[in-house]
Amino acid sequence: MVGIVGYGSYLPRYRIKTSTIAEQWGDNADSIENGLMLTEKTVPGRDEDTVTISVAAAKNALARAGIDPKLIGAVYIGSESHPYAVKPSGTILIDALGIGPEVHVADFEFACKAGSEAMFVAYSHVKSGNMDYAMGIGADTSQGAPGDALEYSAAAGGSAFIFGKENVIADVIATYSYTSDTADFWRRDLQMYPRHGGRFTGEPAYFKHVLNAAQVTMEKANMKAQDFKYAIFHMPNGRFPLKAGKTLGFTDAQMKDGWIVNLMGNTYSGSSITGFSSVLDILKPGERVLLVSFGSGAGSDGFVFEATDQITKVQDKAPKLRDMLENNRIYLSYGQYVAYRKKILFND
Amino acid sequence: MANSQRYTREIPHRFRFEGQKFRDGYVTLANRYISPESGSKEFESINISKKGKILSYTIIRTPANDYKLLSPYAVAIIETSDGARLTAMVTDSKFEDIKIGADVELVFRKIKEEGHSGIINYGYKAVIIL
Repeated sequence: MVGIVGYGSYLPRYRIKTSTIAEQWGDNADSIENGLMLTEKTVPGRDEDTVTISVAAAKNALARAGIDPKLIGAVYIGSESHPYAVKPSGTILIDALGIGPEVHVADFEFACKAGSEAMFVAYSHVKSGNMDYAMGIGADTSQGAPGDALEYSAAAGGSAFIFGKENVIADVIATYSYTSDTADFWRRDLQMYPRHGGRFTGEPAYFKHVLNAAQVTMEKANMKAQDFKYAIFHMPNGRFPLKAGKTLGFTDAQMKDGWIVNLMGNTYSGSSITGFSSVLDILKPGERVLLVSFGSGAGSDGFVFEATDQITKVQDKAPKLRDMLENNRIYLSYGQYVAYRKKILFND
Repeated sequence: MANSQRYTREIPHRFRFEGQKFRDGYVTLANRYISPESGSKEFESINISKKGKILSYTIIRTPANDYKLLSPYAVAIIETSDGARLTAMVTDSKFEDIKIGADVELVFRKIKEEGHSGIINYGYKAVIIL
């Protein structure tokens, strides 16, 4: 069966606390923390971008897969913060990791779901017999305008997944996508920050797509909420994924291990799939996972995975997500944060 | 790294650590065709280890213009576990952890951007292993 043969993630070490941002703008930190259910978020270092985050995540995925990088037939990076407007992120990554030159490479963009989109296409290549291995990556150094609600959540990180047919650690049982033109969140060309429709990002956008995708994905797999050990939904804040899960009949116990947004923030293309990565770190053979992404604009990809006996052999071969999330953190002041994110103008 | 041609040419050693091991045992990451130890021209291409130790370091507080935003930062001379010596910036590490003999791992990072419209240069930096 076709499935994941290797996975890996990377989170930068830098963090800013919700209370630090609230203090800057005169907001009530307690009310923001409770409202968004966010305590802190990751911030990329000054020498980090979507490419370096993708390379670090993909390196961990290769370590777990234990395959010759040259066997990978396709690499797709999903992100809304590719460092170049014209010049692929993927070409830099393949040359850094010794993949190719016989490889199909493309950069994807679909707000927060570009990562699961990359996985979807990589999986389809292997399933069709086009190639033996394909890699899908989602990574972002997302932007939030100063003083905007997004500034509390827009974070940095990413995950990479290699799909194959041999030594599979998690079979893909079902996939499904649900998409419509919905103007809930966007960023025009050459603009530094995105804009969003406020409350319109909720019911007509996030919940409509996530709930429809989750329901049909489960129907396609002929499964109900109680058939899953874990469920992960895109995490734009802490509250939305928990509400979506409860609506679908999932319990807190099924959601808590993949719900990493309180300490990570929203890593956009790397959000739900990094929650999935943290669950793969602890998944046992036979256990099933529902993963549903969401990208504004808008759409959701649904996946059902089932762990094989192989999974426990690879979990310790690369750093685990919880270690990256909870250890070696370096906290920034608001001043350092705006300098790191280049939110202030510097002289040439 | 001054232009896009040089950036592309240096990818094998800056991105992938492709170096040389000479018959006399000399290991180098910088492209060499003659060993400075014995003059040997016989070598095999190897992938240099990304683990090493700091031999010496300094803290830069008055950097060149390209690195102004990174200041202050440390630059270290590192010997990899297979004996290659190289110079790298130290990133993601506290100055108090940067010591002679400290273990480091070399990671893929952005080195500099050539203005607002030029090439983004990637390469290796060192992170202290705690």
